[in-house]
Amino acid sequence: MTDQALGKPEADRPAKGPLIYRQAVLTRITHWVWAIALFFMLLSGLQIWNAHPALYVGQQSGFEFDNAILRIGAENTPEGPRGFTTVFGQKFDTTGVLGMSELRGTTNFVGFPGWATIPSFRDLATGRVVHFFFAWILVGALGIWAISSLLNGHLWRDVILKPRDFRELPRDIWDHARLKFHHGRSYSPLQKFAYFGVFFVLFPLIILTGLAMSPTMDAGWPWLIDLFGGRQTARTIHFLVMVLLVLFFVIHIAMVLLAGPINELRSMITGYYRTSPGTDASLPLEGRERGRGRSGGRREIPTPDSSPQGGGEQAGANRQEKSK
Amino acid sequence: MSGLILNRRRLIGLGAASAGSLVLAGCDQFDFLGQRNDPVRDFLERANSLTYAAQRALVGQQALAREFSESEIRQGQRPNGSTDPRQNVAEYRTLEANGFAGYKLRITGLVETPKEYSLAELQNMPSRTQITRHDCVEGWSCIAKWTGVPLGRLLDEAKVKPGAKFIVYHCYDVMGGGLSKPEPYYESSDLIDAYHPQTIAAYGLNGGALPVENGAPIRIRIERALGYKQPKYVHTIEVADGFSQYGLGQGGYWEDHGYDWYGGI
Repeated sequence: MTDQALGKPEADRPAKGPLIYRQAVLTRITHWVWAIALFFMLLSGLQIWNAHPALYVGQQSGFEFDNAILRIGAENTPEGPRGFTTVFGQKFDTTGVLGMSELRGTTNFVGFPGWATIPSFRDLATGRVVHFFFAWILVGALGIWAISSLLNGHLWRDVILKPRDFRELPRDIWDHARLKFHHGRSYSPLQKFAYFGVFFVLFPLIILTGLAMSPTMDAGWPWLIDLFGGRQTARTIHFLVMVLLVLFFVIHIAMVLLAGPINELRSMITGYYRTSPGTDASLPLEGRERGRGRSGGRREIPTPDSSPQGGGEQAGANRQEKSK
Repeated sequence: MSGLILNRRRLIGLGAASAGSLVLAGCDQFDFLGQRNDPVRDFLERANSLTYAAQRALVGQQALAREFSESEIRQGQRPNGSTDPRQNVAEYRTLEANGFAGYKLRITGLVETPKEYSLAELQNMPSRTQITRHDCVEGWSCIAKWTGVPLGRLLDEAKVKPGAKFIVYHCYDVMGGGLSKPEPYYESSDLIDAYHPQTIAAYGLNGGALPVENGAPIRIRIERALGYKQPKYVHTIEVADGFSQYGLGQGGYWEDHGYDWYGGI
């Protein structure tokens, strides 16, 4: 009622749930730091990979025997040079993208094309400078995120998988398949699986396989070589995890677009997220247990003083939902 | 109230637009990072010092590189980089033609007694043999058996003076040429790597004499670093308190061309 009187744009829209404070400031900052770091690590990583565009299994690279599972290169054919990609012995013509591509009007015989590498020309030294700088940024942000998420309850509430997430997973997959999204207080089970996978599987794997490629780290931590079954296997896993992270990125962006890009982006910039009607704006029980502390209690339910968008509306809407 | 909303919307839109343009612009945008001495690149390069410090802190000075069994030598040591200084270095050509009979390995610089060793003298000293994995900066690895004199022993015989910080390895092979200035290959390491038990002046490979393509007559093995830190065709080992006076001042031929000095990852 208040909002009608104020003539707010929200008033004439269909039913909305409460606006909640969903993402803590460190969650938002580390999110964007990763977005930038992973962008540079991917493109500099492909630059590094182009220096030897093949993947092997085992301790070493077979030059006089064959333990390669992926190889990109160019060959002369009766129709002229062509780019080829060989995966598990299956050879594909990938001219134009892999093995042979155009860059500013010149043909280059490189693994990944110039538009996918930093720098766009062959420069392993620079690729390494960029890659290792952002590797430190990525790991530093992961450390900050892990500590802050442990303290503010985000880790336990939103990322750690619980029996309930497994129980509700089939239903959530069905909902996602119908593009029916529930904008709740916390993430949906499928989201939690995705983020859990990134933080507890992909990030640790890509960091450890990166370290396993270091001859110094292999001397200090010999278990790294044994864990992955050899330096070249570690390099192959590093590459495969990169592919999975790219896949995660594609799905992540698709879901943001499908679930409402303005709301999703707002939550990752300002922290505030518009939930579906009927959402209880208070913290779920497990979150409340963990997410104690001054700021947690004060900020989770917007009040007229704390919400920059007019908490009166939220609180009122919430009360209405409950009274139904 | 509505001003605030607009501001937020505008902010979000701005963020999305700039992120989009970053991707759409393509990666030529970052080609400037390839220019040596670009200030942004210089800043990013500082991470290399952090990496060096972190690896020195995490890995014990004596920690050994993995040694493999004979059965894991499955191929010859892959030659890479400069593989035949006979092509452009007359002095090396003559030495090689005489089976390196006239070769001398010199230990010079900040030492009390500069030394010279013939190949035969080196071969008659106590040796170390190790089957290790050679990791090229390009990404490939190759396992081979290396035999040589522990470098620490040679340094001890020459008696390193206080104040020494680095060892500079001077090589016969000359890189560049043609249009660019010829640059003799050189490398450097700190004293920790020089005195590491697996650091050897190698004259043997896989049970035979070290071939020309792999660095005959002497190649330094620093087993916890990448391939470019394993200088081939070494003629002089110079003990120094810095390396800015050599080459372009970055501590090695590849370092002068933008690669990190430590080469530990």
